[in-house]
Amino acid sequence: MADLRSHFIGIKSPNPFWLASAPPTDKEYNVVRAFKAGWGGVVWKTLGEEGPPIVNVNGPRYGAIHGADRRLLGLNNIELITDRPLEVNLQEIKRVKREWPDRAMIVSIMVPCNEDSWKAILPKVEETGCDGIELNFGCPHGMSERGMGSAVGQVPEYIEMVTRWCKQYSRMPVIVKLTPNITDIRYPARAAKKGGADAVSLINTISSIVSVDLDNFAPVPTIDGKGSHGGYCGPAVKPIALNMVAEIARDPETRGLPISAIGGVTTWRDAAEFISMSAGTVQVCTAAMTYGFRIVEEMKTGLARWMDEKGYATIEDFRGRAVPNVTDWQYLNLNYVTKAHIDQDLCIKCGRCYAACEDTSHQAIFKEKDGKRHFEVNDAECVACNLCVEVCPVDNCITMVRQTEGVDPRTRRKINPDYANWTTHPNNPMALKAAE
Amino acid sequence: MADVKPGISGGRLSQSDYAVNFGDIHPPLDAHEALVESDRCYFCHDAPCQVACPTAIDIPMFIRQIQTGHPKSAAKTIFDQNIFGGMCARVCPTETLCEEACVRMEAEGKPVKIGLLQRYATDAFMADGGQPYERAKPTGKKVAVVGGGPAGLACAHRLAMHGHEVTVFEARPKSGGLNEYGIAAYKSTDDFAQKEVDFILGIGGITVQNGKKLGAGLDLADLQKDYDAVFLGIGLQGVNALGAQNDDAAGVEDAVGYIADLRQASDLSALPVGRRVVVIGGGMTAVDVAVQSKLLGAEDVTIVYRRGPEQMKASAYEQEVAQTRGVRIKHWAMPKAVIVKDGKAVGLTCEYTSEANGKLTGTGETFDLPADMIFRAIGQAYVDFTGGKLALEGGRIKVDDEKRTSVRGVWAGGDCVAGGQDLTVASVDDGRRAAESINLFLKA
Ligand SMILES: Cc1cc2nc3c(=O)[nH]c(=O)nc-3n(C[C@H](O)[C@H](O)[C@H](O)COP(=O)(O)OP(=O)(O)OC[C@H]3O[C@@H](n4cnc5c(N)ncnc54)[C@H](O)[C@@H]3O)c2cc1C
Ligand SMILES: Cc1cc2nc3c(=O)[nH]c(=O)nc-3n(C[C@H](O)[C@H](O)[C@H](O)COP(=O)(O)O)c2cc1C
Ligand code: SF4
Ligand code: SF4
Ligand code: SF4
Repeated sequence: MADLRSHFIGIKSPNPFWLASAPPTDKEYNVVRAFKAGWGGVVWKTLGEEGPPIVNVNGPRYGAIHGADRRLLGLNNIELITDRPLEVNLQEIKRVKREWPDRAMIVSIMVPCNEDSWKAILPKVEETGCDGIELNFGCPHGMSERGMGSAVGQVPEYIEMVTRWCKQYSRMPVIVKLTPNITDIRYPARAAKKGGADAVSLINTISSIVSVDLDNFAPVPTIDGKGSHGGYCGPAVKPIALNMVAEIARDPETRGLPISAIGGVTTWRDAAEFISMSAGTVQVCTAAMTYGFRIVEEMKTGLARWMDEKGYATIEDFRGRAVPNVTDWQYLNLNYVTKAHIDQDLCIKCGRCYAACEDTSHQAIFKEKDGKRHFEVNDAECVACNLCVEVCPVDNCITMVRQTEGVDPRTRRKINPDYANWTTHPNNPMALKAAE
Repeated sequence: MADVKPGISGGRLSQSDYAVNFGDIHPPLDAHEALVESDRCYFCHDAPCQVACPTAIDIPMFIRQIQTGHPKSAAKTIFDQNIFGGMCARVCPTETLCEEACVRMEAEGKPVKIGLLQRYATDAFMADGGQPYERAKPTGKKVAVVGGGPAGLACAHRLAMHGHEVTVFEARPKSGGLNEYGIAAYKSTDDFAQKEVDFILGIGGITVQNGKKLGAGLDLADLQKDYDAVFLGIGLQGVNALGAQNDDAAGVEDAVGYIADLRQASDLSALPVGRRVVVIGGGMTAVDVAVQSKLLGAEDVTIVYRRGPEQMKASAYEQEVAQTRGVRIKHWAMPKAVIVKDGKAVGLTCEYTSEANGKLTGTGETFDLPADMIFRAIGQAYVDFTGGKLALEGGRIKVDDEKRTSVRGVWAGGDCVAGGQDLTVASVDDGRRAAESINLFLKA
């Protein structure tokens, strides 16, 4: 049986599944039950400064995008950091860590962007015996209006500065949690690294308005007729998170920087994908908030079974394996020719491929044969865009078949088995210049 | 508990059993079920379901309209092709029409529940009342429609839409045709047939004269004289004869007549039914009368059909409905003689059959079934009320693609014409097509 143990910036946990800093980790009652359910670690709900805690709205804080059967696909929230007193949180953290020494206990912190504030809170947190801290530079709503959260996360210099303070005033491993609400994720990641961060975690939630209530023309969730943007998370954000993780993993300046991946992790497969993209642990929020703590069981057994089937004994055996295969468009092999192929035994003749290709793509699908309803690809027109594959309702009914020899019936050019990309392509003016 | 009162008798069940037995056979979808079900539709290109629908309803479009939260728009899409969309949603044998063609049938044997979605949409529209259509400017043209069944009223509605003035002559006291007098009670509950008639007449411009029968004080020549066009949707008013010995004995009845009584009964317990019932036939009528007899409390109900299950006009699904309601189907047998005692039927002697080269013959071997009630359900026949003025084909009125009869200015559609499917939906299609043809004729 695969060994799921994780060893991340010196922090050990029995598996790489951590609960992200959010309502599931807001109190001892929850975290203890999460540990009982088998979670490898938690990032405690973000703590703020000493003094009267922040307040949350008393109306609805969530909005969502649903599939037809009300499957929750994306969640939007306007919740702030913990609204419980700092002292209570610290006592609980200490107690839980003492009782669950084998689980990772990370404490998320967000205090104003000045040295004294950080200097004041760090020793208190360290005193709990927690395994590390996560700096919340991500929260896109509410806290950012007060100069914290994503307001810091959007300024690389601030990230670097605060990270440095944390390394200076504590001995704890420091994870910097990044906001996706930025044009290029590599800049904040580089800043975190420069400031001495042990790791980055990403993504926090994405600024969003999930829908407009068309009866009163206000964003959802609506509080007394008004709404404000919130943070988007859940399955819908995974592709965005995956790309950002990949960007950091393959950036020469941050390559090798440990990553705790967050964003839409819902099943073992999502976790495996993030780990293959170099993540050392994954953090989960929405999936737990949707289904409860028990889902970790499926994640653990699923990941272990897949690893067994693939022959990976430990997480490290496949971690980062996808990173070298992420490249820039310009390096993709332009001599790689494929054609869509419809498996007539599987085809149910819905015609979706036809409608998609005919109306919006390359008119490369025939819809009739011998006067009968029949769908078949016309190789002479197919550009291999994959649209038909994506709209076909039947798994594996349309596949892309590589053509390795002969002539491409569309371009009438001979198939070239050698790799060649845009950088040397005759149509590329830059390439021509280089050749001159 | 089975009621074993001998002979033919009413009150075999408790009042609450009648209500349960004759409740909706397919309860409607609720809003969430409709959303989930509509999401199963692939919005097919040139959708096979639509091709299979005799009225060619744009099924992918109406399902998508349900999916996006507008069931009333969906209803409008349905009514555009089929103003009886509500009844068709309840009575169409979808398993041999749209749902059989649904690509999900091929994919997984579970078609999108098109019928139930159609019902969801049309119910939503009709619950709010109102008419989906406005009439065009009055044309001053007058059309006579004979027969107020699905064919006649579909024709009348479309003509009214085009601005013509329509008079419907209907022999029976109520309109709706077999929707009112024939369809199984558990398919059309809560007086839906009459509600739908009111909905259709709601467009205006249609006058219905009930109790006016062609051939009895009203003849085709007069109608041709007084109206600019005539449409006949008079259905099938005759019943095929059994041709078995003693088939006029007490206890031998026409299924359609009995069903009509059932549909009109205000108290089902007052409707007598046999303890042992035998039904002869293999179509929808046979299944309906058998199942309803069973639901009225008959102890044993047997359908006798002269060929095998594949040849039955009742679909495999309908046969299953019968069998799961406890009806026995005896294939490959035909009636020979009604066994009579004291002037009443007490049984039926049947002969086994076999088929060779498409020809059916009795094997000579017989068996007896006890029966206090024997239903003839071997098909209805066209009865002429026009004095033989119209050319026939295979015993029914001959029409062309536009439903024109051999007489200029006279159209016909529904069960009374040749080449039909004997289905509500097909009759509606005939009515609408005829109306479009009449409209062109009147405008020419
Ligand atoms: C028992 C039974 C069950 C059925 N179940 C189904 C089912 O589940 N699904 C399905 O799709 N189909 C079913 N059918 C078939 C369907 O009911 C018919 O195909 C459909 O009703 C035909 O419509 P129509 O308008 O042609 O005729 P009808 O519905 O028969 O209407 C004809 C109308 O014309 C009137 N009329 C007749 N003669 C005259 C005259 N001389 N003057 C004035 N008016 C006249 C009649 O009173 C009647 O109102 C069933 C039929 C029967 C008998
Ligand atoms: C209601 C709610 C509150 C959250 N609060 C915090 C928080 O206090 N601190 C923090 O760093 N992230 C917070 N997050 C963000 C999550 O930790 C996580 O980064 C994000 O939800 C993406 O992961 P997911 O797709 O698994 O939900 C919150 C998310 C939600 C839904
Ligand atoms: S791959 Fe693209 S171009 Fe080729 S058949 Fe499919 S949709 Fe058309
Ligand atoms: S989309 Fe798929 S199932 Fe549908 S017709 Fe095309 S190949 Fe067949
Ligand atoms: S065939 Fe089925 S899946 Fe396709 S459009 Fe019709 S109902 Fe939808």
